[in-house]
This record gives sequence, C-alpha cells and structure tokens, in this order.
Amino acid sequence: MNTSTFKGGIHLPGYKEGTEGLPIVPASIPDKVYLPIAQHIGAPCLPLVEVGDEVKKGQKIAAGKGFVTAPIHASVSGRVVAIEKKQHPGGNFVNCIVIENNGQEEWADTVKPHLQPGDLSAEEIRNIIFEAGIVGLGGAAFPAHVKYAPVEGKKADCIILNGVECEPYITADHRLMVEKAERIVAGLRYILKGTNCEQGIIAIEENKPDAIALLKKVVAADKHIRVQALQVKYPQGSEKHLIYACTQREVPVGGLPLDVGVIVNNVGTAVAIADAVEFGIPLIERVVTLSGNGIKNPANYLVRIGTLFSHLIAESGGYTGEIEKIIAGGLMMGKAVYTANIPVIKGSSGIVILKKTESKKEREYNCVRCGKCIEACPLFLEPTTLVKLAKRGLWEETAQNNVLSCIECGSCVYVCPAQIPLVQYIRRAKQAINVAKAKARAKAKSEGGKE
Amino acid sequence: MIYAVLSLAILGGLFGLVLGIANKKFAVEVDPRVEAILEVLPGANCGSCGFPGCSGYAEAVVAGTAPLNACTPGKDEVRQTIAKIMGREAGEAKERKVAQLLCKGGSDRAALLYEYEGIRDCHTAATMFQGPKACSYGCLGLGSCVEACPFGGIQMGEDQLPVVNYELCSGCGACVDNCPQHVLKLVEASQLVHVRCRNKEKGKEAKKACTVACIKCKLCERNCPEGAISVVADAEGSIAVIDYAKCTNCGICVEKCPTKVIEKMLPLSTLLEQNKDITSGQKPTSCQNCGLCQ
Repeated sequence: MNTSTFKGGIHLPGYKEGTEGLPIVPASIPDKVYLPIAQHIGAPCLPLVEVGDEVKKGQKIAAGKGFVTAPIHASVSGRVVAIEKKQHPGGNFVNCIVIENNGQEEWADTVKPHLQPGDLSAEEIRNIIFEAGIVGLGGAAFPAHVKYAPVEGKKADCIILNGVECEPYITADHRLMVEKAERIVAGLRYILKGTNCEQGIIAIEENKPDAIALLKKVVAADKHIRVQALQVKYPQGSEKHLIYACTQREVPVGGLPLDVGVIVNNVGTAVAIADAVEFGIPLIERVVTLSGNGIKNPANYLVRIGTLFSHLIAESGGYTGEIEKIIAGGLMMGKAVYTANIPVIKGSSGIVILKKTESKKEREYNCVRCGKCIEACPLFLEPTTLVKLAKRGLWEETAQNNVLSCIECGSCVYVCPAQIPLVQYIRRAKQAINVAKAKARAKAKSEGGKE
Repeated sequence: MIYAVLSLAILGGLFGLVLGIANKKFAVEVDPRVEAILEVLPGANCGSCGFPGCSGYAEAVVAGTAPLNACTPGKDEVRQTIAKIMGREAGEAKERKVAQLLCKGGSDRAALLYEYEGIRDCHTAATMFQGPKACSYGCLGLGSCVEACPFGGIQMGEDQLPVVNYELCSGCGACVDNCPQHVLKLVEASQLVHVRCRNKEKGKEAKKACTVACIKCKLCERNCPEGAISVVADAEGSIAVIDYAKCTNCGICVEKCPTKVIEKMLPLSTLLEQNKDITSGQKPTSCQNCGLCQ
C-alpha cells in the first residue's frame, strides 16, 4: 500500500481492540441536558432563552457575536430549568443552559429539509453550516464556517478529511467511517462545493483497513476524491502533519492550513454537514467513544450534546473497580477531570476511564540530556530547552524558541526517561505569553482611545 | 627573542595610545548623580516605582520626571539619600504598603475536590477547575508568590499558605501580579484589620468549601460604627469588603465575625520587634538555618 507520513513522532500502543469492532449505538436520552454556552473556539454564546421557556429539539438557544463563533441548539425538547455555572470538559466552570427533557422529541419549526440540496450555492451552503452550529468534531471545536470563508489572496484547492484518529482508545471516527461512508463522502462533496475546491482527500491510518477499503469503493467513480492511506504514527492526526503527509506541503510557522491552500476537517464534521445541508438538522448529537480499563462495557455511543459523562458511564455498566482518572478526550491530549458530572460537548470525541494501578506514582527527575524529546518532537522544537527556560520564567526567550508552535501532542513526555511533565511547563509558558500579549493589546487599545 | 619582545611592546604601546585617545574623544557624558543614585537604590529591579528597573528610575529622578519617594523597597533611608544627592527637600514619605493574604483556607481547613499532581505552579493548577480546592477563589498554595518575590519576603507556611515577612516585604507588588487567584493585595501598613476571604458564593456553599469562609451574614456591616465594612455584591456574588479609608482598626467586626475570617493583626512595629526578640532567643518560623544571625 502506498503510504506516507511525517518526520518525528512516536509509536503508541493503540488500545483500540475494545471498541473498534463495536457498532455505534444510540445512548439513551437523559432526563436533563447541560449545554455550556462555550463549546467552540471563539466568542462564547449568549443565551437566547430564559429559565421557564419551552424549547424544541433543534431550536437555537444561544448565539454569539462576531464571526468566529457557532450557535448552540437544544438537543432535546423540554423546558429550560436553569442557567447555571457547571464544570466544563475544558477544566473550568462555564454557564450551562439546563433543559429538562419532556420526552416528546418534538423538532423545532426551523429544522426543515432542503429539497434540492444540489442546487444550493456555495454561500448558501456556508450559511447553512454556520446556522447549524457545526464546529470541528475532532476535538479543537473550531467553527467550520470560518475555515470555509473565502480569504482575499488565499485560495484553497484541496480539502482533507481527517480520519486518522491517532489517539489511543478512541474509535469514534473509525466506526463512523465503517458505518456511514456514504454520508462522509456526501458531506465532503458539500464542503467542496461550499469552498469551490476541486480536490478532496480522505486520510486514514493504515490500521483501519476496513475503512480504507470501504471508502475506496464508495469514491471509486469520483475522480475528484481519493483515499490516502497513512502510516501508523502519533500525532498523524495533527492538522499540519496530516497536510504534509498527504500533499508534502508545509504550513509555515504561525500560519494556517489555508496558507498552503488546504482546509482540514474531521470525518465527523463531514457527516454533520451532510445532515445539516440535506435535512436541516443542526449539530445536536455526536459519536463518543467510552473506553479504558476502568469501564465495564466500553462502547461507541451516539450521544446528545449535553449528556453527562456519568449518564454514559451508568449506561456502560459502571466502573470495574476503583478508578484513577477520568480523561475527557484522548489519552495523549485529553484533560483529566475530577468528576463524571460533566457534559459531553461538541468537541468531545472520547472519554477514557483508567483504573487505579498498583504501581507507584511517577516523580520528576532531573533532565539527563539524552535528547529523546528533540527526536520525538514532530515540530522540530527543543522541548528540553523550552522547559529549562520556562522553569526560570523566561517567557520571552521561550517565545523566541517558538514555544507557540507546540501542539501539546505529548510525544516528548511519552519518551522522556526522566519523566519530566514537559507539556505542562510548555503550556505554562504559552499561557504566560498569551497573557502578556493580551495585556499589551489592552494597553495599546486604552492608549489609542486616549489620543 | 628580542624582536618578539620589541614588536609586542610596540604593538602594546600603539593600542594603548589609541584606546587612550578614544577614551578622551568619545567619552559619554554621564551625570554623576545617576551613578550615585543607582549606588543607593536596592538594585532588585522590582519595578514598583513604575520605571524600567533601578537605572531607569535613577535617570528619571535626575531628569526631574520622577518623585523622590517612588522607591518603596528603599524606604526612608534611600529617599533621604536621594534627596541629599539631588540637593532637594526629601518631602513626604510615601506610606509603606505591605502584601496581605486574603485567604485563610490552608490545607487543614479547605475541602479538596481532587488530588493535584501537576507541576508546582499556581497558574497551571488554576487551569484545572480553579485548582484542587473546593473554593474556587482561595489560595492554591503552590507558591507562585514565593517565586515572584524579588526580596525573598514570602515563605510557605505549614498549612500551605504563604506567610509574608513584613521586614522584607517592600510593597513592590510582584507577588500580587503573579497570583492567579488574586488573593494577595497591597495594603497600607497602618491598616490592621483585614477580611481574609474572597469567596463570593452563597454562605452555605462557601462554608461547605472551607471552614474559614465569609458567609455573608452581614454582622460586620451592621456592627461597624464607621460604616467602613460592608458586604458588596457584584455579578459573581458578594463578599465583605473593608473601605480602608474609613476603617479605624477598632476591631469590632473581628469580634462579631462568626467564622473568624476578619482578622486584626498586631501593629507592624510590634511584629518586627517581636521578630527581633525571636531572633535573639529561638528561631523564627521563616528560619532557613543560614547561620547569619549568629
């Protein structure tokens, strides 16, 4: 098989055996859903409903100001019972619109199928995508319509659908490709039309031969779309590395994929787009993999946005014993959360539950200067240097060493023999730099206002 | 041999001559007063004066754009010396400010949500649900203020709360800027009564998170003869706040507070005096066993 990849990176055990063969099953619909007003990158939404309002499934209940934002829709029909602060998978407390499910499953009037989806213009398609609140379903939750909006002087000629799924345990995209190959290709065709692009690539790691074979069959007659098999390596699913592996184009430092004429989307996003364009259904459910050695029955669920983790865990038969960690997202890039009382949001691709192990807690040793992190870094950074600078609080120097290019994939931490939590220090440096930048901007703004 | 010595001697003489001439001809005029002021400044480059480092402040003083009393760490002594150098009146001393911790929720009093395993940095812990403590307003106790203090004036106490050493605290505010929870505040040293809590949640919730939390009972507000303390509400919630301009250090609110979040400390001079007594007798809490005091 003709496969390609990128330089650097690591080889991880997949741990996918538990769920890759299990079909996607719809999870039971909870009595209450918690919809955070911030589920995407960009401006948070403002609620359009008040406590006591009756809402229908698919009704827009929150919208944000500005361009980089995505509206939020009710995922069940029922009554708004509260708007309160609640734990968010991102590690903070965010206002949530709480809807009590009345079990009617009544669709809002705004949800109407588009009878001639083939006749829609590019702009109409982009508008439908925006109104449906579709964001990147791979994890970062970047509003999809922003990626497709034409930018002066830059022309995208290629859309890549990301079906790599390089995170251990997660199999949501894999199942989607096996079960909904037709819908993925349909979604891709709408994206191509919405962005006036010619070429579409569906990129899949070669550890999913069933998905590759199936999608190849589906697109066999279409000369605009091809399936690209990629070597199994982490972080193959990172946007920049995916683009390099598929097209040999390198995204410049600080640049966007559009700078090299590429737009990347998750396969799940393509399915959501197909549903929005054809049936007018907004983004109210997604596929979530619940896996790990701490859960009784791992599964791939089709989940309403706003369902609590605890609801899914109960559905899977609960924990196998005492648990060590609940991780929102994948094992490598996800965030550990202290409670299962957290809602599934648009960007949640998986929940990994790990049981308590007998082994001792790891401690941090001194750097032994082996350079393994430098070999592993897929962005050719020097993690060890960045961490040494960050430990001394030399934020400007870390910025000069391109700390902001770090995608926090965790490859360096995985290979570090001294068990230094490099990514945590790097995140701290990035945080400090961004705070300083925001301060400088605020200062410039206030001074500009005075003049 | 002789040629080598000769040629090196000639070369050396030549270079010396060139350097000597250059030194005279391209000399940069430096106001000797800048040097003199720089000499007396503490040299911590803390930035509390609002100028880029001590040299920046020294230049500004000589240029006449900075007041003589802006150096907080330098205290009275530096102000007098600068005035002498500048040949001007020393003027009023700026009132001394020290950092106050607005949290009493140490490890034995605050409830925990989870066990934090990350790096020892408050900013990082704050990205995980505002830290491991159930109170999302409280001190995280990982010592980012200790790191930030340029004078070594903060130590972590046994209950994982920072202890400010008032002898060393210069009121520069570096710790205040580096605290993600905003539980440190610069207050005039003459102010003795402080509300050591920032939790704005409802009383019941706050009490659940920490045994030493402001429960918004308003007893302090009702009993204050000066109207200096009140429970101020905003979008987030409410919390007792002291208006330091009105507070007379009478301590009635301290008596009334049922959860003892309001505290009256001893006057700074007494504290410093005590510290001296301790140094002569037993070890103070902040002792690092350096042996200098002996």
